[in-house]
Amino acid sequence: MQLWGYQRQDGAVGFRNHILVLPTVYCAAKTAKKIADQAGAAIAYNVHGCGHLGDDYTIAMRTLVGIGQNPNVAAVLVVALGCEKINADELANEISKVRKPVELLSIQKEGGTSATIDKGVKILEQWNKQTAQMQRTLVKPDTVTVGVKCGGSDAFSGLIANPVTGVVSDRIVEEGGTVLLGEVTEFIGAEHCLMERAVNKEVAEQIREIVIQYENVIMGYGVDIRGTQPSPGNIEGGLTTIEEKSLGAIHKAGDSTVQEVIAYGQSPSKKGLVIMDGPAVDVVCNTGMTASGAQLILFTTGAGTPIGSPIAPVVKITGTPETAKRMSCNIDFAVEGIIEGTNTIQKSAEQLYSYMIDVLNGQTLCKAEELGFDEFDFYRKYVNT
Amino acid sequence: MKKAKFIIIHPKDNAATALVAADAGETVDIEVKGQSPLRIKLAEPVQSGYKVAVRPISKGESVIKYGYPIGKATKNISTGQHVHIHNVESTRGRGDL
Repeated sequence: MQLWGYQRQDGAVGFRNHILVLPTVYCAAKTAKKIADQAGAAIAYNVHGCGHLGDDYTIAMRTLVGIGQNPNVAAVLVVALGCEKINADELANEISKVRKPVELLSIQKEGGTSATIDKGVKILEQWNKQTAQMQRTLVKPDTVTVGVKCGGSDAFSGLIANPVTGVVSDRIVEEGGTVLLGEVTEFIGAEHCLMERAVNKEVAEQIREIVIQYENVIMGYGVDIRGTQPSPGNIEGGLTTIEEKSLGAIHKAGDSTVQEVIAYGQSPSKKGLVIMDGPAVDVVCNTGMTASGAQLILFTTGAGTPIGSPIAPVVKITGTPETAKRMSCNIDFAVEGIIEGTNTIQKSAEQLYSYMIDVLNGQTLCKAEELGFDEFDFYRKYVNT
Repeated sequence: MKKAKFIIIHPKDNAATALVAADAGETVDIEVKGQSPLRIKLAEPVQSGYKVAVRPISKGESVIKYGYPIGKATKNISTGQHVHIHNVESTRGRGDL
């Protein structure tokens, strides 16, 4: 199977060719969206305010840099207000280190939204002409980074959709690519399985630490995780406890060795299966994985969900027959016939892999892309200020 | 008799998952890898995706699925009874304890 991607100046490969408008703060987001909408560009709709306490600044900056640097993005227009904590000049500089066109407009400096929008649209129109000329070339499978995620899970997620995705994850890794597994909340009860597969004791210990750290936060609040994890929808779908949910969830990452544990939105330094720290909240995890370089997300769902990403296809996979029928407009790949015995996990995985290649190659858009679902949100540890 | 379909993922499991809905009173044979099939009678109707006990589980004993504990029984559970939030509790993330 051939892979066709956009070779970027820094050696990375993109499987989409987006122009991205990137607001640094909520106050600049609507202006950024008006620019993006007028020029047909992607928008990372940042709903966070100007203050970032402690680690939140590092996380916010790393996410915004990562999204901008993602090779699916051809060029970035940073839109700032001018008084926020995020250093917009530093953000633009960091993104430009991967040698793609980056411009910065600051609403207060430009003299208000009308001037900013006019200027922004002109920049994007120029870039539109340039990106339209770009061609895909034949690329190697080791340039692929795929995030795996589950959302709206039910009992069939762990029995069908995740195992099928897991076979595809293993194949990506075998071919030299990278698979990102996040959702640390959904390692609780299954962390020993991942630790046993760690490449060395250090990585095993890192896995244990991120799980314990997260669980300690919950214990520290004195709250009962039940009803949040698993969610009411998960419980309705047959999942009783977080342990059961986690043991089913980790199947989507296959059986490969865990090479590394990275922070939320950090670039991996190794290829293969990599664990990304961070919560299981769907949009937040997707955003983190794209900031870490994922060009596509394989998203299994029991109950069904429409969410997407501004810069990467979020492919929806279900093994729940009712969902495949009821939410067919949002589902890309339905695993069928396993229960009836007319299909196997292996055969279904081959079909999913083939579909994934078509999506990467741009031969097909996933439903979230077609319908314009482009959710964006990043992790925050501390309270809003 | 309508054929129910259940799955036991690991031979250690004491709970099986229904792949399709099943009625109370049905007798089902569930395949277990490397062992002879388990025959159980369903004490209650079971929704698709939900679990039943394949052997008695005492109060305080672990419920096992995927070969690992997924929680503790809060009541005695008989073979063929439904296993879910009404008689199982998680042991993790319990800041309320």
